[in-house]
Amino acid sequence: MTVQEIANALALEVAAGAAQLGRDVTGGYASDLLSCVMAGAQAGNAWVTLQAHLNVVAVAALLDLACVIITEGAHPDSDSIARANEEGVPILLTEESTFTVVGKLHQLGVRGSE
Amino acid sequence: MPDEATRKAAHEAARGLRPLWADLHVHTVLSPCAEVEMIPPFIVQRARELGLGLIAITDHNTGENVEAVQRAAQGSGLAVLPGMEVQTREEVHVLCLFDTLDPLLDWQERVYGSLPPLKNREDVFGAQFVVDETGEFICMNERLLLASTSLSIEDVVSGVGELGGLTIAAHVNRPAYSLLINLGMVPPGLALSALELSHHMTPEEAIASFPQIAGWPLVLSGDAHRLSEMRANTLITVREPSIAELAMAFRQEGGRRVKLLL
Repeated sequence: MTVQEIANALALEVAAGAAQLGRDVTGGYASDLLSCVMAGAQAGNAWVTLQAHLNVVAVAALLDLACVIITEGAHPDSDSIARANEEGVPILLTEESTFTVVGKLHQLGVRGSE
Repeated sequence: MPDEATRKAAHEAARGLRPLWADLHVHTVLSPCAEVEMIPPFIVQRARELGLGLIAITDHNTGENVEAVQRAAQGSGLAVLPGMEVQTREEVHVLCLFDTLDPLLDWQERVYGSLPPLKNREDVFGAQFVVDETGEFICMNERLLLASTSLSIEDVVSGVGELGGLTIAAHVNRPAYSLLINLGMVPPGLALSALELSHHMTPEEAIASFPQIAGWPLVLSGDAHRLSEMRANTLITVREPSIAELAMAFRQEGGRRVKLLL
């Protein structure tokens, strides 16, 4: 399943990384602690979090994640969006909670990578 | 006949108390997210322009540029406290301040031992320059500094205290890396000396948003990653810029005190 398909299915707003939406999503990871993400998320994963700051983009780029889904209406600032576009990290936004988004991803067949 | 304020100032001067503008949260080029202009001579110059009498150098999980800033400040009248902004395992940022370099370096050893064994990626996080007092490049710090230590916030507060330092929870009113957002409260019994407010809202707005901070000693710092972000909003009245005097000021003892002025 591609990032674009997930964005469509969950009606996510694409805030950055529109050129990389064709990428395949290999699995999912959800956490708001960046240290946990660095230890647990796998390349190609969709990361679900309510954090929306610049280091989210840095960690997603570092781990080569397929996309970041930012929940609960949190909105990255313009620096973060610019950085995500530079790094080619799709940033997808939703008003829904992490719990709801993860449930929907699971229904779509996206699984944890552990 | 002298007015009340003049009399008070004269009385305090006689007791050796003096007001100092302080910014207790200043980064240098060693922090990957800081601008390259954050070198010792520029930091000292900007501090003097702002009328600051005291700054603390607080890079992320490291103290390797503190001595360079202290050297750059020699003879300028600016006091530079050794410090560090530690990231706890709860991803809370805590300012750790010391009187001298030795305890800071002891603390740094513990922090380095508590960081993940990963290398910084300059292209992702930014470069981490160790410099001398003129700002001249010495070396890169290759550790991944922008990461959580395995230390809990309790470990940090007690560990710094055991080394004679004090701790201030950083930018508690910010939406990330902050005590109030990540933990939801100031944990009961935690021996923090003060809470730091970031300046994106007034102290009154911060207290209205986070009523649990009422009654805590507050400081307002720049969290400067560039020179224009340094601030003179915290007025500390002490005998001298030491940890013991700062602690007294936070407790409002013996005429020592802290006032926020915007």
